[in-house]
Amino acid sequence: MNKLPHEIWVYIEKKQNRIADVSLELLSKGRKLADKLNGTLKSVIIGDDLEGLAKETFYYGAEEAIVVEHTDLKEYKTMPYSRVFSELVKKHQPRIVLFGATFVGRDIAPRVASNTLSGLTADCTDLQISNVSYMKKEYPKLLLQIRPAFGGNIVATIITPDNPVQMASVREGVMQMVRLAKPVNGKISKVPYRAEEIDKVIEIIERHQEECKVNLKCAPIIVAGGYGMGSKENFKLLKELADLIGGELAGSRAAVDAGFVEHERQVGQTGVTVRPKLYIAAGISGAIQHRAGMDESNKIIAINSDPDAPIFGVCHYKILGNVMDIIPALIEAYKNKLK
Amino acid sequence: MTYNSIVLVKQVPDTANISGDVMKPDGTVNRAKLPAIFNPEDKVALELALQVKDQYGGKVTAVTMGPPKAAELLKECLYMGADDVVLVTDHKFAGADTLATSYVLNKVIEKIGNYDIVFAGRQAIDGDTAQVGPQTAEKLGLPQITYAEKILELNNGKIKVQRLIDGGYEILVSKLPALLTVVKEASVPRPFGAKRVMAFKNYIPRQLTTKDLDVDLERCGLFGSPTKVHNIESVVLSAGDHENIEPTKEGLGQLIDKLMNDHIFG
Repeated sequence: MNKLPHEIWVYIEKKQNRIADVSLELLSKGRKLADKLNGTLKSVIIGDDLEGLAKETFYYGAEEAIVVEHTDLKEYKTMPYSRVFSELVKKHQPRIVLFGATFVGRDIAPRVASNTLSGLTADCTDLQISNVSYMKKEYPKLLLQIRPAFGGNIVATIITPDNPVQMASVREGVMQMVRLAKPVNGKISKVPYRAEEIDKVIEIIERHQEECKVNLKCAPIIVAGGYGMGSKENFKLLKELADLIGGELAGSRAAVDAGFVEHERQVGQTGVTVRPKLYIAAGISGAIQHRAGMDESNKIIAINSDPDAPIFGVCHYKILGNVMDIIPALIEAYKNKLK
Repeated sequence: MTYNSIVLVKQVPDTANISGDVMKPDGTVNRAKLPAIFNPEDKVALELALQVKDQYGGKVTAVTMGPPKAAELLKECLYMGADDVVLVTDHKFAGADTLATSYVLNKVIEKIGNYDIVFAGRQAIDGDTAQVGPQTAEKLGLPQITYAEKILELNNGKIKVQRLIDGGYEILVSKLPALLTVVKEASVPRPFGAKRVMAFKNYIPRQLTTKDLDVDLERCGLFGSPTKVHNIESVVLSAGDHENIEPTKEGLGQLIDKLMNDHIFG
């Protein structure tokens, strides 16, 4: 046991009674980072009745599950969860802490980072370990936190050189989930919870939650439209195409912001990351945030009237022309093949 | 009972509308050419604060940290109905990440004092981090309500809020003072008041610098930021290996044949 105290922690988010996909994805990524660091991967779970979830994290490479259980902690609440997690970070000083960039992750992570004075980088699209020289100083094995920035015109690599704890959040679907055939023989460390006054300043009155109706992540075919579709009305054509070929409808951020399509259908850095068999991008110019969310699709068809649209840089099939001519023609051509 | 609000606002480059002339020949962004706008969700946050004032009374103070040019933004806050505005500006604050930003904002809010609610937009469109609100709340020791979409009630020193959660919403009650971050769905910002535009068009917002604030300089600006930009690559688009499909009946038909042969359809 001569390991450096290079712990990698993953904050485990619960969804109903299981672990959110994004947390399992982060464990899988965390496993790789831990191997590079010669470190230990630990899951941290706050809630109630967590034994089963803790053991599940061993299937994704965690060597230890730090568990804080109490009936008062059954549901996520900002104040007790962030306080408990901050205290754990301050006590153990993990080298890296990863959060899902979800509603919960984006609520707890900044609060914990502020309390522990840690660097936190939001919405990373890649994480790597590398030796870095910065300001004439050498830093071994830093976490490179890679994210698009400034409207997607640049990709920035962020580092946290001088702080003991490096924190980052990552969107769901960005990292690959790898379930091991045999779980790690991990241990569960239970930490007692002691309630404090501040834990109760917010009281939850009611909660309405349903499984998302739209499941872009699992769709084998996605038909996505951008601002170039021009209107909500024109999106109906895309829906027609999607229904015809068995796909899900999606949109770019610009299309969502313009109200052409619902927010839950947004693909990209601030939406969902997808890897379908086929991705049709209609009237999407292809800012890097959008491409980050779809460029690993198996096949990409891009339809755009601008020959220089960045989307053509990642597509397999380029169709140059007006979407409003091409989509109906594509529908027609498909129908002909079915005859 | 009246409720005083402090609203955190930011002037941001209009990243959604980057046109060709904003790009430099080397492919990087010429920030100077980008129009600066009122961060959309901060404007909604100001609107909610003004609604609280309309309904319950109280004072609305808008605060921004930024270069002197950000005074323009504060004038817009006055045009909409803010009672007071504060520009936090100093070279020593430049280059701050979210942690260093929230540190200074917390000192500013403490200095202004006498508040019940701190409002902020959920996130700014230039960074999209959604971190400054929660981090400021933590530094002030306040409860936070992120993703707020509706204020249902203010009563007896408590606020009842509806907020977005994954796949739905929840309703909660928090003791005041508290910090809310507001999503764009929450409201539509009111237009400028014509009389207010006339009244404030030459107004010069008061400024706070490091000299006016009880700040530890080691925690401000780039120096006080734990995260640093190690490198930046402008996105150079590689000419991918793609096949051109003619937008004709034949061309599209052949494409569909290909996809069928690859078992992508059906």
